Amino acid sequence: MSALTTVSAAGAAPDGRTPGHVVPGRRRLGGGWLGFAVRRLGGLLLAGTVLVVTTFLIVPLIPGDPARAIAGTNASPAAVAAIRARLGLDEPLGQRFLDYVTGLLSGDLGTSFRFGTPVGEVVTSRLPYTAQLALPAIVVVLLVAVPLGMTVGVLTRGGRRRWLDVGFGTLAGLLASLPAYVAATGLIVVFAIALDLLPPGGAETASSSVLPIAALAIGPAFAVARVVRQETASVLDQDYLRTARGRRLPAHRLYLRHALPNLLTSVLTLTGLVLTSLLGGTVIIENVFSYPGLGTAVVEAIVYRDYPVIQGVILSVGALALVVNLLVDVVLGLIDPRTLEGAPDAS
Amino acid sequence: MRRDGDAARPPSRRWGRLNPPLLAGAATLAGLVLLAGIAPVLWRDAAQTLTADLRLPPSWDHVLGTDPFGRDVLARALVATRLTLTMSVLATAVSFVAGVAIGSLLHLAPRWPREVALRLIDSAVAFPSLVFALVIAAVLGPGASSAVIAIGVAGVPGFARLTANLAASVSHREFVRTAALLGVPGPRILTRHVLPNVSGPLLVLLTSSFALTLLEISSLSFVGLGVQSPQYDWGRLLNEALPSIYDQPSLVVAPSVMLVVAGIGAMLLGDGVATALDPRRERRPVPAPAVAEPAPAAAAKPAVAEPAPEPAAGAAGGTPGPAALPVDPRVVLLVDGLTVGTAHDVLVDDVTFTIRAGEVVGLVGESGSGKSTIAMAVAGLLPDGLAVRARRLVLRDDAGDLDLLGSPPARRMATGIGVVYQDPGTTFNPALRLGAQLTEVQRVHLRRGRREATQDLVRALTEVSVTEPARRLRQHPHELSGGMLQRASIAAAMSAAPRLLVADEPTTALDVTVQAEVLRQFRRINVVHSTAMLFISHDIGVVGALCDTVLVLHRGRIVDRTSGAALRAGHAVHPYTRALLAATPSTADTDEPLHAVRWDGKEVAAP
Repeated sequence: MSALTTVSAAGAAPDGRTPGHVVPGRRRLGGGWLGFAVRRLGGLLLAGTVLVVTTFLIVPLIPGDPARAIAGTNASPAAVAAIRARLGLDEPLGQRFLDYVTGLLSGDLGTSFRFGTPVGEVVTSRLPYTAQLALPAIVVVLLVAVPLGMTVGVLTRGGRRRWLDVGFGTLAGLLASLPAYVAATGLIVVFAIALDLLPPGGAETASSSVLPIAALAIGPAFAVARVVRQETASVLDQDYLRTARGRRLPAHRLYLRHALPNLLTSVLTLTGLVLTSLLGGTVIIENVFSYPGLGTAVVEAIVYRDYPVIQGVILSVGALALVVNLLVDVVLGLIDPRTLEGAPDAS
Repeated sequence: MRRDGDAARPPSRRWGRLNPPLLAGAATLAGLVLLAGIAPVLWRDAAQTLTADLRLPPSWDHVLGTDPFGRDVLARALVATRLTLTMSVLATAVSFVAGVAIGSLLHLAPRWPREVALRLIDSAVAFPSLVFALVIAAVLGPGASSAVIAIGVAGVPGFARLTANLAASVSHREFVRTAALLGVPGPRILTRHVLPNVSGPLLVLLTSSFALTLLEISSLSFVGLGVQSPQYDWGRLLNEALPSIYDQPSLVVAPSVMLVVAGIGAMLLGDGVATALDPRRERRPVPAPAVAEPAPAAAAKPAVAEPAPEPAAGAAGGTPGPAALPVDPRVVLLVDGLTVGTAHDVLVDDVTFTIRAGEVVGLVGESGSGKSTIAMAVAGLLPDGLAVRARRLVLRDDAGDLDLLGSPPARRMATGIGVVYQDPGTTFNPALRLGAQLTEVQRVHLRRGRREATQDLVRALTEVSVTEPARRLRQHPHELSGGMLQRASIAAAMSAAPRLLVADEPTTALDVTVQAEVLRQFRRINVVHSTAMLFISHDIGVVGALCDTVLVLHRGRIVDRTSGAALRAGHAVHPYTRALLAATPSTADTDEPLHAVRWDGKEVAAP
């Protein structure tokens, strides 16, 4: 017994500290939100650079002579030359990039070929419409997916109610693979044409955004719900949930206070991409509903080869995606401060 | 889905086995491929010849009617399968080949460029892939081939990132390092050792990205940026149905159904491949109890001919025999004939003991002996799927006998039994501040205010020598060391002044110096509060040092009852206890060899 008593004498250090025992993975880089802000700012700058470079490259990458491609095959040499001059195509690539960036920094996105209006105006008039669809849709996705997936996860915990497990898995799988534009078409046929309950398109009234938001949210909601269900099962298996059960907490406290925050952390980390890709869905389904957002603008602009508008819209959609990513990370940080420490590649 | 009822399934090798989603997905896609092959041959005329039969309703000749140009709607949807699938396959191939190539090159690249490129890919993945698809569509102009390239290129970053990440994780493994040490050149390591070992996740991504690709290409065609008239894929057909959606809403049905069927088929295949490659995704039917693995001895000899437990009379320090159980008024916990088992296995077999106020009873045994199962059965915290039986399982407190077998009232359980768990790193909720978790019993069951409960806890933490207790309570678990957390959980477990403290291997996850400090706290609690304690450990030295009574468990049965005093003196009558003692470095004399515990129920392997 001598060994143990020696050890216990050594362990009872005066200040009660426990030397040499540090939880692994613990780094305090600038600590909490400050470190988070610094790191996130770096990430935003990098992603912004990728976005700016990519949109800039659209014109130089056009095969053949961009000015000829823009003007059309029947255009006169004078018209082609005018476009060439307007785009500054005779200048070296580096100079054009510099001009592009300085323009962006001063808020000048260029002028629409087709309408002759500043691209900034096109974007600012359209962006709110797209945000009005995408952001509520994201909220709807989470409001449907989390309670639904969690309820199913709790009800089927530890192998209970297999029928529910199988039924939910099948149904959610089917709905999760429903693309937004097919959902949108179906919703129009049913709710706008057959039942005549809601407007089939436009953005005149609040009711006209119901169908687009529903179409956008259906697929992602069930895709996320499946993840929630799976994560619920794994969170309920964790030791800390047993600890909470050991405190004999009422069910609502056990699930909402102890399981939910941990659940949301992993779910948001896993589904951040689902939420940003919902923005892509918005671009597409605006065309179904003739909705005056960025999506209809960019599709028209591509058809009419209106490159400044294309660049402006893609920049805005990309910026929206960055905002959504940032929001997800902020919510993650609020729920679970560990994520502020910067996981190696949390999206 | 993805569920198998049978726990006795043999551990799967690489391909587990075929599962229903895999089969359904593969069958659906095979059907579509077949359709892509034959539909254009059989129905091209019906699909493309303009006739005078405009906008016919469904009929025998035209199952889904005809479109505004008199073409058969169903035939068009079926014929379009070929173009849709071809484009999707091409685009997926572009993503896969380019992505894996870039990811592999990055893996071989020197550190600096690799880090930069990975960061760039990470930020590219954060954008919706449609953003890049639109960029390419803008560069190349609308058209089928530009849609293929657009969607294909948009998928490249995903594959590149996965390849690079997987390759990085594999290259830390032994066999890759060995190959590198043996001088195998980098590219060869990549093709021979790394890529084959990452093929599983890549295959999963490949199938799921095929589904996405198909739907995204169709979405480009749908908005008019993909396939152009007179060619048609499903997206184009849906696009052409839109203008006449009021007059002829049925036009949207065929292309929609085809898109949904293809999407579901590819999704099922992806799920199925993932399940088949990674059996862990298949959820375990019943959570395995912590003690499920049989000890080596048990594996060698099936459970027959267990010897009866040694008579406790000589060695036992204070536990009365079963007959005396209900009599002693100081008894706090009464366990009589406790048996715990799954459908296949008996984990705890007819275990009987009592704990009196102020007594520390230790349960000791090797892993798999059932000691933690007993602790959790007493605490009512066994995982699902374990059946508990006992003649009596009773906790006695001032309010009378509490039957632990039924569903005892939450409040009496929470205040009557305190539990300290094994690994402080996992038993704290990572998302909640310490104060919020540790005062919970006080606030929920004793209806005390937050401030009051916190003040109490600060006092209790000071008692167990936690430094800066008020600040600790505002911290999250990851900000504290393991020893600090374990002392905090002891303080919290004692905060409601329970009659019984169950400690399930509370020192196992701690390093030795911290262990000693935690043990000291248990001793102090026992002395100061005279709390009854059930102390679990595999370390007979620890148990001997702390416990009054020691129960030695082997394969779910109590084989020896002895006392801490006897163990401290090195006295052990039972051969298994002797073997355990001989295997403990802290109690064995330094000049004697250590012995492995091996006891088949009859004799001791160690001399």
